[in-house]
Amino acid sequence: GKNEYDLLVIGGGSGGLACAKEAAQFGRKVAVLDYVDPSPQGTKWGLGGTCVNVGCIPKKLMHQAALLGGALKDAQRYGWNISQPVHHTWSVMAQAVQNYVKSLNWGHRVQLQDKKVKYFNMKGSFSDPHTIRGLTKAGKEAIVTAENIVIATGGRPKYPTHIAGALEYGITSDDLFWLKESPGKTLSSFIVYVSLECAGFLTGIGLDTTVMMRSIPLRGFDQQMASLVTEHMESYGTRFLKRCFPTKVEKLESNRLQVTWKNTDLGTEEADSFDTVMWAVGRAPDTETLNLETVGVKTNSDTGKIIVDAGEATSVPHIYAVGDITEGRPELTPTAIAAGKLLARRLFGQSSELMDYDNVPTTVFTPLEYGCVGLSEEAAVQRYGVDNIEVYHAHYKPLEFTVAERDAAQCYMKMVCLREREQRILGLHFIGPNAGEVIQGFALGIKCGATYPQLMKTVGIHPTCAEEITKLHITKRSGLDATVTGC
Amino acid sequence: SIQAHKEDKPQKLLEMNGHTSVPHSYDYDLIVIGGGSGGLAAAKEAAKYEKKVMVLDFVTPTPLGNAWGLGGTCVNVGCIPKKLMHQAALLGQALQDSRKYGWQFTEEVKHNWMTMTESVQNYIGSLNWGYRVSLREKSVTYENAYGEFVGPHTIKATNKRGVEKLYTAERFLIATGERPRYLGIPGDKEYCISSDDLFSLPYCPGKTLVVGASYVALECAGFLAGLGLDVTVMVRSILLRGFDQDIANKIGEYMEEHGINFIREFVPIKVEQIEEGTPGRLKVTAKSTTGNQIIEGEYNTVLLAIGRDPCTRKIGLDKVGVKINEKTGKIPVNDEEQTNVPYIYAVGDILQDKLELTPVAIQAGRLLIQRLYAGATSKCDYLNVPTTVFTPLEYGACGYSEETAVEKFGEENIEVYHSHFWPLEWTVPSRDNNKCYAKIICNIQDKERIIGFHVLGPNAGEITQGFAAAMKCGVTKEQLDSTVGIHPVCAEV
Repeated sequence: GKNEYDLLVIGGGSGGLACAKEAAQFGRKVAVLDYVDPSPQGTKWGLGGTCVNVGCIPKKLMHQAALLGGALKDAQRYGWNISQPVHHTWSVMAQAVQNYVKSLNWGHRVQLQDKKVKYFNMKGSFSDPHTIRGLTKAGKEAIVTAENIVIATGGRPKYPTHIAGALEYGITSDDLFWLKESPGKTLSSFIVYVSLECAGFLTGIGLDTTVMMRSIPLRGFDQQMASLVTEHMESYGTRFLKRCFPTKVEKLESNRLQVTWKNTDLGTEEADSFDTVMWAVGRAPDTETLNLETVGVKTNSDTGKIIVDAGEATSVPHIYAVGDITEGRPELTPTAIAAGKLLARRLFGQSSELMDYDNVPTTVFTPLEYGCVGLSEEAAVQRYGVDNIEVYHAHYKPLEFTVAERDAAQCYMKMVCLREREQRILGLHFIGPNAGEVIQGFALGIKCGATYPQLMKTVGIHPTCAEEITKLHITKRSGLDATVTGC
Repeated sequence: SIQAHKEDKPQKLLEMNGHTSVPHSYDYDLIVIGGGSGGLAAAKEAAKYEKKVMVLDFVTPTPLGNAWGLGGTCVNVGCIPKKLMHQAALLGQALQDSRKYGWQFTEEVKHNWMTMTESVQNYIGSLNWGYRVSLREKSVTYENAYGEFVGPHTIKATNKRGVEKLYTAERFLIATGERPRYLGIPGDKEYCISSDDLFSLPYCPGKTLVVGASYVALECAGFLAGLGLDVTVMVRSILLRGFDQDIANKIGEYMEEHGINFIREFVPIKVEQIEEGTPGRLKVTAKSTTGNQIIEGEYNTVLLAIGRDPCTRKIGLDKVGVKINEKTGKIPVNDEEQTNVPYIYAVGDILQDKLELTPVAIQAGRLLIQRLYAGATSKCDYLNVPTTVFTPLEYGACGYSEETAVEKFGEENIEVYHSHFWPLEWTVPSRDNNKCYAKIICNIQDKERIIGFHVLGPNAGEITQGFAAAMKCGVTKEQLDSTVGIHPVCAEV
């Protein structure tokens, strides 16, 4: 045909790579363009996108480092003769994590090669609906044409540019994972899960960490669970400055940073100095330089995200989008991967299966993890009415916390069900260790339309935390004490 | 109460024991023999319906003199201490990993057995206490006495000091569980320990020989090695009989690669004491199962884990006509946990052809009581009961093993999907690439319904629980494929 490629993917992240590799399986001619604009602080990385380089992977590894710090404390109670306190060296961890990420970059390049997908380390923009202009770091240009184009450029962290000094002196998650030296005393501003997860592991490795939040934590998540998460972090050692927002950031002679903020409760202005200020105020879709207007791809005027239909198609024929860049979709790696794969199958594999975005499970990897699937309690109440839902809940204590003498005050779970006869499960929420592992299988059950009676018929595995889910029987409505006791 | 004679009639007993009248002139609505997982769950459930309930619990000391409090095997010498010691071993591994994640501490970290054991025993003590309080609060009468049937509706309870009492009840629930089996060779009872002794051993076991290939044997061998001890496992034939053999072999391989010695196809024929002590030194002589070869070995401790036998032979079942399987000692029951004697029921490990698991015993006990006293009709669902073996590399399973699926459905009618995986947390410390494994077995003829789930890796229990719930909902491969994974966790594989 006249187009060079059957499929061109702009963006080599979770969604883009999955789509490209799947399309290649059908014997198609596929190319991927991937390019990382350095962060304002100058950080950049290789192929693989956010998840691999500055998201899920380094996050979970650093979270693990923090968890191991906790394990070291527990170990003493379990008989290990280790002298406290134990110190953590950032550079050892950072190097190990960065090396692993680089191996993944390498792995992705090899995979593309194996699957005969052409890879360009270039920044792409539209010239016309089938033509992309690619630009290398050195300024060299290339024109690539394709029958189908998938936009999967993801997002980048936002900066609160209205705050003086925010851009010059602050870092974001794009930089945190690549720091060679310890961030030291850190202020993490605002409350998206990224902020809490980072503050969590920074505290866990022994750094003086403060989280500043203007209003509610974890917007969009179940608020009861969100407050348990932050409560735990507080008892864990993270300082919270609630209902505060920064007004300026200045550099001090010592090279430390002075942050001034307004406390909306007291109406006062306060200040403190930090080694690092990290912004986690949300992510903006990376669409600016794509030239979408030229080809007429419509975006949402508020969010800037690309509007797609149930088949991931944009307003322009043969142009699609997957992943964080799409409007109304969860910003998660597994959904981007699944959507990318299914898209490739629909384009080239005679499949008609659409991506199901309902009941997508997720986990927030704060020091005490929070896993959930389905509706939050508020969303369920809003959709069905408080009289039509039943919430079963329990406070439990992981067995491993007993000998370790760890506080389990925030270990909690709840199941939101429809009240009518069948009692279908609308949402499941779990706070505790290994929350992701716990929730995954139940997400599958909910996809099958699991009901409360079915869950009760499932025998528990003993002793685990997950078994408590199969034993939930106290309702919020009853007002009874929901603390689980013993065997 | 006054000591009663064995031949007394129920009515006279009533007066002598000072109990108030109960319908049909029995002392109790229900007497539960055995205060373990099944027994206690049933007793507490019955109390909810305002029934007059008594629990008799008694622990016959081990050959070495060990005994414990209320709660049964799981709480005292099973699941609970096992998982805590497994956790201690995992923490040892975490210590090693943590260095790679940037944590710094002195080179060699040693483990103190006594510190761990004391903590574990303290926790168990709190559970024993908790159960006694719980029974009291629910007005369930508890006696620390050995129960035996002496006649219809009548049981004799003998306490530690030999004082005997007779009680009658409308119904009985036998939940006496099991105890470890001994080899029947010279020196076994004198010098060997079992899991009944291990969790409260007042000294570090040292160089240990574990005899057996049951999950008990492998779990114990696993954590002992994880705590830094020199461990050998002597296996007569295969590992984890009854479990998926493909996975059983992977577990064995992993344990071997991590320093546990295996002596295969040998059985001990003699255990002698070389030196007394805590621990002492023992000499074990073993014979090959495939020839005449004899080997000898020296160990500080020999732990027997070759199986468990039901406590049904000395509780007077013949006096009331309850049939047991003479060979195994297990009690056959119908699908309502009823024995051949209509007013006598049984739950838990003593049941024939049922699973020996705490949650099964609890559920069976509760549902039984609900059927007896609350007009419920639900029977215990023994299908797709998930379980986890807490070996160093944990194994969670639900449903059919590959062999039994092939046997039942035929190889051409099942599809097995499998994958090795590398937990993200193991990458940084460069641990064991390609050891973790997951497989699902689907029934092709039934929309590829998932009939078997197996996962080998960290937190296998947490992972498996949810999948078991999904299997209860009849999940198919297609539904599995359309479920989005949580990233990055092991379970998303």
